[in-house]
Amino acid sequence: MEILQILISGVSQGCVYGLIAMGFVLIYKATEMVNFAQGELMMLGAYFAYTFINILGMGYLFGFMATVLSMGLVGVVLERGILRPMIGEPPFAVLMITIGLGFVLRAIAGAVWGTETKSLSNPFTGQVARVGELAVGYENLAIIAGTTVLCIGFYLFFRFTRLGIAMQAASQNQLAAYYVGIPVKRIYSLVWALSAALAAVAGVLVAPVSLLEPVMGFIGIKAFCAAIVGGFGSLPGAILGGLIVGIAEQFAGLYLPPGFAATTAYVILLVMLLVRPQGLFATMQQKKV
Amino acid sequence: MRFIFKTRYQQDIDLFKHNGQRFWYGVLAVLVLVAPLFLDTFYLGELSLVYIYAIAGIGLMLLVGYTGLVSLGHAAFLAIGAYAHSWFMRQGLPLPLSMLAAGLVSAAAGAMVGRPTLRMTGIYLAIATLAFAIIVEQIIAHWEPVTGGFRGQLVPDAVFAGVDLSRGAPFYYLCLLSTVLCLLAALNLLRSSSGRAMIAIRDSEVSAQSMGIDLARTKTVAFAVSAGFTGVAGALFAHKLGYLAPDAFTMLTSIQLLLMVVVGGLGSMPGVFYGAIFIVVLPQFIAIMRDTLPAAVGQIPGLEPGLFGLILILFLIYEPEGIRGRWVKIRQFFSEFPLYRKATHKRQKSYLRTERVR
Repeated sequence: MEILQILISGVSQGCVYGLIAMGFVLIYKATEMVNFAQGELMMLGAYFAYTFINILGMGYLFGFMATVLSMGLVGVVLERGILRPMIGEPPFAVLMITIGLGFVLRAIAGAVWGTETKSLSNPFTGQVARVGELAVGYENLAIIAGTTVLCIGFYLFFRFTRLGIAMQAASQNQLAAYYVGIPVKRIYSLVWALSAALAAVAGVLVAPVSLLEPVMGFIGIKAFCAAIVGGFGSLPGAILGGLIVGIAEQFAGLYLPPGFAATTAYVILLVMLLVRPQGLFATMQQKKV
Repeated sequence: MRFIFKTRYQQDIDLFKHNGQRFWYGVLAVLVLVAPLFLDTFYLGELSLVYIYAIAGIGLMLLVGYTGLVSLGHAAFLAIGAYAHSWFMRQGLPLPLSMLAAGLVSAAAGAMVGRPTLRMTGIYLAIATLAFAIIVEQIIAHWEPVTGGFRGQLVPDAVFAGVDLSRGAPFYYLCLLSTVLCLLAALNLLRSSSGRAMIAIRDSEVSAQSMGIDLARTKTVAFAVSAGFTGVAGALFAHKLGYLAPDAFTMLTSIQLLLMVVVGGLGSMPGVFYGAIFIVVLPQFIAIMRDTLPAAVGQIPGLEPGLFGLILILFLIYEPEGIRGRWVKIRQFFSEFPLYRKATHKRQKSYLRTERVR
């Protein structure tokens, strides 16, 4: 029973990693850029929700929607202002710029909302679903349900819609996509908006289980590990990687000496990179001349 | 613009390209040698810090700027160097030997990381080194018998031949000497076949391989050498700090080191020093700003990392060649005065073709 309980909290934690990892994958899939600031976008989303719901007093659902929309806007602004000039630059430069962006966003959050921890009011607080001896918090259920819905939604989007396929085309060859009439630049803006909105959803879902603070974005690094374990560029892989990392972490925290839980994600990552560098759902291959 | 007509191979690999350079570097050498005469203790300490960062920067520059491999985890090598040095000192090793040993331990760690990560490039390598750095941080925090854990440990004084070199002017000269030796070693490496091989790998891995360069070997060497230099810097850093604790070697430190080589100018050794001066001066500048600015702005928590991030972004967008690149452009502008063409330094954009199958 205990094991099942840990498994469930692991799944819920894993879904958080998976949600953020999906943001990484989304941007990578469509723009071939790596956005290291995804965790910080999630943090910003959580703070936006805090502002809308706690300070401005909107309802939970309405505040949720306002958060998603405004974060979408933030995504567009970031893309236009910072990432657009970097199109065509080496991937290393883009990686560095998003790392810098992460630092800036954290400083902004610290300046606007302060560094003391806050908690987002939400309709789930303290409610627990009981199945036999198992007790699962509603907020954990919300995370799992939200992740499942988003994952399926994005999978269908990339598989069947014109826009989703155009995004994949833009990623595979920017120039060729441009020649066949795909508005590559607009697609990039859209992808960033989508990814930031996704981060906002993650932020709102995570806020009830963790506290709001500017450094909560560091979870993004673990999510990054999850994305790589799953195979960078694969949406189901991101979720699976997140689940693996989340569950392993919970078990390591219980059965191994202190310090191991904090490094589990990275150990898994290094092992994965050694054994199967392309990840579980491989979408990469060696570049040819 | 000075054009040198080279008639001998020796001229091509000379450290100084012409007499003008010899003169100005000579002036610089005299200035840094007499610096303790006219600088007070504080500025001398800051200048020592510039040298320490520069040594780490030389290491990182070899890796990022010359071999084209990105490391987000160089703080780990700095930490390994610092702790190893402290440990060797406590075992009674003389100072130079201990520093050398710290560098070697760090280099071994670098080779250990470098070897398995060879198959990776770009983000994979970056994230693997980041993971390594975080694991090292945890090991330091929990391996109490050797590292002192979270409580940290006192670094033994740097006493060599009866002279205490841990602070003030003696420490300054220790740092200066180490920097010069490291710089010479790096420059020598770069004009040897191994160094040329690294540059070839940076420019094109495929063509380097087809020229008969052993990719795995060269990359491992680059990683080990880079970690080794950073380890030596770590040894000096330990004396500078005086007290070692895990929070001195976080991800922020790694990013700071990377910022240093990017802002200084990738692929140039003078760039390392520009970058080192930059990251030493910036916190001081911020500290002064804090007092003069209104409290609401000056007291923002995390102002320093935020500003570091902002500067990184601005440099990458507007001057990816760093301070060194800007300096080259300004010099060229004046030497070609009415005929300077902006397009000379136009950046080549490469539009991506994916590495993905589906």
